[in-house]
Amino acid sequence: MRVAVIGVGMTKFGKHPDKSLVDLFADAFFEALEDANIELKNVEAIYFGNFVGEMTDGSANLSGFVADEVGLKNIPAIRYEGACASSSVAFREAVRAVKAGYYNCVAVGGAEKLLSAGTAIGTRALATAVDGVYEMTAGLTFPGVFALAARYYAKKYEIPLQKLREMMAYVSVKNHKYGAVNPKAQFYGKYGDLKVEDVLNSRMICSPLTLLDCCPMTDGGSAVIVANEKFAKEVCGDPVYVLGTGQASGGSLFRQGEDIIKAIPRKIAAEMAFREAKITPKDVDFVEVHDCFTIAEIIALEAMGFFEYGTACYATAEGVTSIDGDLPVNPDGGLIGKGHPVGATGTSQIYTAVKQLRNEFKWNQVKDARIAMTDTLGGDFGTLVNIILGVD
Amino acid sequence: MFMEFFNSLLEGKLLGMKCKDCGSYTCPPKHTCNSCSSRNLEKTILSGKGTVKTYTITYVAPMGYEKEVPYVVALVELDEGPWIIGRLDVDPKIAEENDLTDKRVSIFAKEMPSEMFYPMKEKRIVPYFRIEG
Repeated sequence: MRVAVIGVGMTKFGKHPDKSLVDLFADAFFEALEDANIELKNVEAIYFGNFVGEMTDGSANLSGFVADEVGLKNIPAIRYEGACASSSVAFREAVRAVKAGYYNCVAVGGAEKLLSAGTAIGTRALATAVDGVYEMTAGLTFPGVFALAARYYAKKYEIPLQKLREMMAYVSVKNHKYGAVNPKAQFYGKYGDLKVEDVLNSRMICSPLTLLDCCPMTDGGSAVIVANEKFAKEVCGDPVYVLGTGQASGGSLFRQGEDIIKAIPRKIAAEMAFREAKITPKDVDFVEVHDCFTIAEIIALEAMGFFEYGTACYATAEGVTSIDGDLPVNPDGGLIGKGHPVGATGTSQIYTAVKQLRNEFKWNQVKDARIAMTDTLGGDFGTLVNIILGVD
Repeated sequence: MFMEFFNSLLEGKLLGMKCKDCGSYTCPPKHTCNSCSSRNLEKTILSGKGTVKTYTITYVAPMGYEKEVPYVVALVELDEGPWIIGRLDVDPKIAEENDLTDKRVSIFAKEMPSEMFYPMKEKRIVPYFRIEG
């Protein structure tokens, strides 16, 4: 039996100092529940993604608290941690459990509060996703990971670094343009008309990446309702189906050697998802990719098979990945424009994919979209999840 | 084995593993060969020399590392094959204004203050790369 997504919800991404992690999940959960038009008692388990609640809010063991908060006392509730891919891992596990017949209907989501934690704690918390011994002693940060990748990309593909920086800037310009029109985005109403020069000239964070090459720190929550086809058809008639999923893992960045710009785990995860969905990259109408940094979007599109290695930068600069291009990428603004509440990011990509496939993403709708793919990266290519969704 | 790795590095010796099955090197040590996953490994001391493959100048540090900025993090390919991570012992301005990739380097270690979450609580031992010539 097929598995469907029957409801989606997300908080506005941004700063929520007045909300706990549990509150952020609950807000998104009830939006998803209403969207699915089901009753609370229909939800049999919760799959919850959170990365660093311990460091930002002094909270671990969150799954029981979120279940209790939404009124689902005593149901199985599990926290998943896969860095930035936490709720995508949770989603894939939920899909597998429903497909296996353990549940008819479950909730999946995530929450994170990095913006309220402040830059120093937030940067250290994010850095817990690098190798804790060998990479951490060198002071490697996440912008650092992708700065290393960017310089190597330029070298390997024989592109002058300044030229690559300009092409990377188009990712930021595009994603901010789309984030600026998305009411749920952290930068709603802001940075909609950035220029390449603005990106190049903003503050240097980890050379060659500037502030505008980076996604922001974000507070937020997201949730989706996953059900088997039978239950889905009873409640909503024509749902969005999960066509395929893939997941793979990788070790420390330095152990990956020259593959740091090839993201091999992502290639494996994407191929797994394509195989399960019985489609090829050409069949995908748009993608939600993990643009934690501008170069990250470029590397992602290549590893997933949409472009040859070393070429997605040119395609991006030429507009191929814009909403009216051949392959719209991140029409909701992506992590750069919409924000990146780490544990909530994966299911927020599902949120966008579902809204688009239902033709409900009115502020930036991809025309005639029938198949969408999401891509979430945890760590320095440590946890990769790809999900393909579609409508009949 | 990370304590042994770092303490050896302080004495100027770069500890790695040689695979008795496929002959390739793994550095720093790991339970399994980084090429073929074999556990049939023997400890070895590597040359400590290699080539800069990529680097970044870090201006925004995590909590506990703020006093060290700006610093230069680099990935170096050792002559024996493995890539390792450490800091480039160079003025960040020089690293910013010049292309230091492909530079030949040799490895050494510096002792630095630890921080709340780092596994070695007394001190951090940081691999550094000195540019040769």
